[in-house]
Amino acid sequence: MKQHDIQLDHDGKLRHFLTIEGLKKQMLLDILDNAENFSSVGNQQVKKVPLLRGKTIANLFFEASTRTRTTFELAAKRLSADVLNININTSATSKGESLLDMLHNLEAMQVDMFVVRHHSSGAAHFIAQHVAPHISVINAGDGSHAHPTQAMLDMFTIRRHKQDFTKLTVAIIGDIMHSRVARSQIHALNTLGVPEIRVIGPQTIIPNEAAHLGVHVYHDMHQGLQNVDVVIMLRLQRERMAGALLPSEHEYFHMFGLTEEKLKLAKADAIVMHPGPINRGVEIESSVADGSQSVILEQVTHGISVRMAVMSMALGRSSLVDQERSQS
Amino acid sequence: MRIKISHGFIIDPANNIEAKHDIYISEGRIAAVGKQPDGFTIDKTIDASGCHVIPGIVDLRARLREPGLENKGTIASETRAAAASGITTLCIPPDTTPVLDSTSVVELIQQRASEAGFAKVVTLGALTAGLNGEQLSEMALLKKYGNCVGVSNALKPVSNNLIMRRAMEYAASCGLTVFLHAEDEGLAGKGCAHEGVISTRLGLPGIPETAETNAIARDLLLIEQTGVHAHFCHVSSARAVQMIARAQYDGFPVTADVTAHHLHLTEMDIGFFDSNCHVRPPFRTQRDREALVAALATGNLNAICSDHEPHDTDAKLAPFAETEAGISTLETLLPLALRLTEDLSLSDVINRLTWQPAKILGIDAGTLSVGEKADICIYNPETNWIMKSENMLSAGRNTPFEGWELKGKVTHTLLNGKIVFST
Repeated sequence: MKQHDIQLDHDGKLRHFLTIEGLKKQMLLDILDNAENFSSVGNQQVKKVPLLRGKTIANLFFEASTRTRTTFELAAKRLSADVLNININTSATSKGESLLDMLHNLEAMQVDMFVVRHHSSGAAHFIAQHVAPHISVINAGDGSHAHPTQAMLDMFTIRRHKQDFTKLTVAIIGDIMHSRVARSQIHALNTLGVPEIRVIGPQTIIPNEAAHLGVHVYHDMHQGLQNVDVVIMLRLQRERMAGALLPSEHEYFHMFGLTEEKLKLAKADAIVMHPGPINRGVEIESSVADGSQSVILEQVTHGISVRMAVMSMALGRSSLVDQERSQS
Repeated sequence: MRIKISHGFIIDPANNIEAKHDIYISEGRIAAVGKQPDGFTIDKTIDASGCHVIPGIVDLRARLREPGLENKGTIASETRAAAASGITTLCIPPDTTPVLDSTSVVELIQQRASEAGFAKVVTLGALTAGLNGEQLSEMALLKKYGNCVGVSNALKPVSNNLIMRRAMEYAASCGLTVFLHAEDEGLAGKGCAHEGVISTRLGLPGIPETAETNAIARDLLLIEQTGVHAHFCHVSSARAVQMIARAQYDGFPVTADVTAHHLHLTEMDIGFFDSNCHVRPPFRTQRDREALVAALATGNLNAICSDHEPHDTDAKLAPFAETEAGISTLETLLPLALRLTEDLSLSDVINRLTWQPAKILGIDAGTLSVGEKADICIYNPETNWIMKSENMLSAGRNTPFEGWELKGKVTHTLLNGKIVFST
């Protein structure tokens, strides 16, 4: 379909990063490889490379976020870009018209890249369709649709621990229905060749058509966790109790919270992931979150290098990354 | 003026005519079909060689946006687009601003329509006052003094079963048909796309099929209880069609329509958030689309309508869920209907655009019978054209059919024997 191309330029290079859907396996591997190269930057005495010097990146956050915004900011700064943080009170701008007006104003300030988080699915696509041709858009989460950099940092973390994607069983537990993280993870895992992806949760928070995403659906945690290599817990939004989706946090933890006991059902070397922020005692027990199998804090660290990789690729500097690599 | 339409191929389903005939018009009415009446002098001849001559299209539902939303369209702009599309009668739902629950609003609309002179306009009165679903509107007065042809709560729900029952009973005693938009408020929630593969992929809040079928089930039971004549608007799912067909089989006074766009598009057409495919009810699955076409062929769906909803540009310039629902469809109604001739006979297609909707509205229109008002559409069935929004006459250019190759173009439209459009 024509719309797939919006993420790519005429040479098939990454221009916007809006969704994993439609991207080729090699593109995802390129992102992971570039991120691998950038991961040493944080350990240097001067934590900077000059790749995006003179570029201006605007973090456009229509929804509150600490972790994602901070790691995007760090990633941009480590690439030597100038960063604008713009937090928009969503109640003031619910109309597309003012959204576009704001974009055009920022364009007029010669911004090169928008990093966008928005409460509405499709917002990043919408913005990408309307920005000037020289501007790149990175989706930092749109509604329940996609959060592709989160998914890539998760893939990065999995690859660090498990090497071969094609031999893995991955379980994602929680609110798949409303999770942009889960959707992007599922696309990425499928693209990278993971043969068995499971989603686990009660029917109220698993879409009826989930199987179409290329996953197996489990409503029982004990069955779903059997022989799993990677356990991904999703954050449970508190407001889900109000919509009659779940009876209580208490029951949810009992049925779907990850405890040491339940984790034993997975493979002995299984890793435990969580996009954060964690609700301890709701979807995950503290001893698991802080335990030896948990890679949750690694995910945060990897978020910086993965975002550096995506930003540098989208701003057309991937060739410079290669130069750096040959010099080092 | 005395007009002769010569050499056209006439399709007049009401009279079972499908043949090459000349038509003679005088004093705004059809004077003869076939042979020239004695003493008939011709002031003007329209050469319809190679063209089809059909009754003017009767559109069961079109929003003209006036009064209230003139930034999206006016009665003049939209009736002009209708005339250019072969539509001679438009039925207006009551969700104008102010709501069409008093005769003064009807008067305003009728006055504007007659000033513009491009098409006839009939109105549906509000089923409940202010469409609030709480209190009955003055239906009897709307019928008597406003000539409303039916009542409807437009897209607003009547969630309270007792109020719906009372409204149906009252409408039945007024002899008014109730036009129903079947949507359960709770199940539809904040949905903006069919709950299915696409809504799951895109993370859009879904409207399940049960939002439609649950409402239809409730309404059918109340129709049975109250005996009211009811018409279901823009049916969208296979299951809904089945339920309506069953009620018709059981002899209940129920009719239904489908929009031309629901006969051609599915949830897949949303692609990556195409807001021009944001419509209520939502486009559903391929299976649903096929069932709608099949039900149109069997007659369980009685009519095709435009469900025209013109919008200003800004209404569609936002992330999908935040855009306004609806499509500007007057100009694609006939050519989209003509694409159905693989599944329906041409005469059946024309029937569902003219005579059937006229019967549902209970108005004298939709035929080429001698003595009837000469509302006529002439189109060339062989003209191929590309749909381009920049060429649209409607003030709303919100169409998902941009770039579609269409066949069939209107050459003349006559209203009361007067040419209101010609190429």
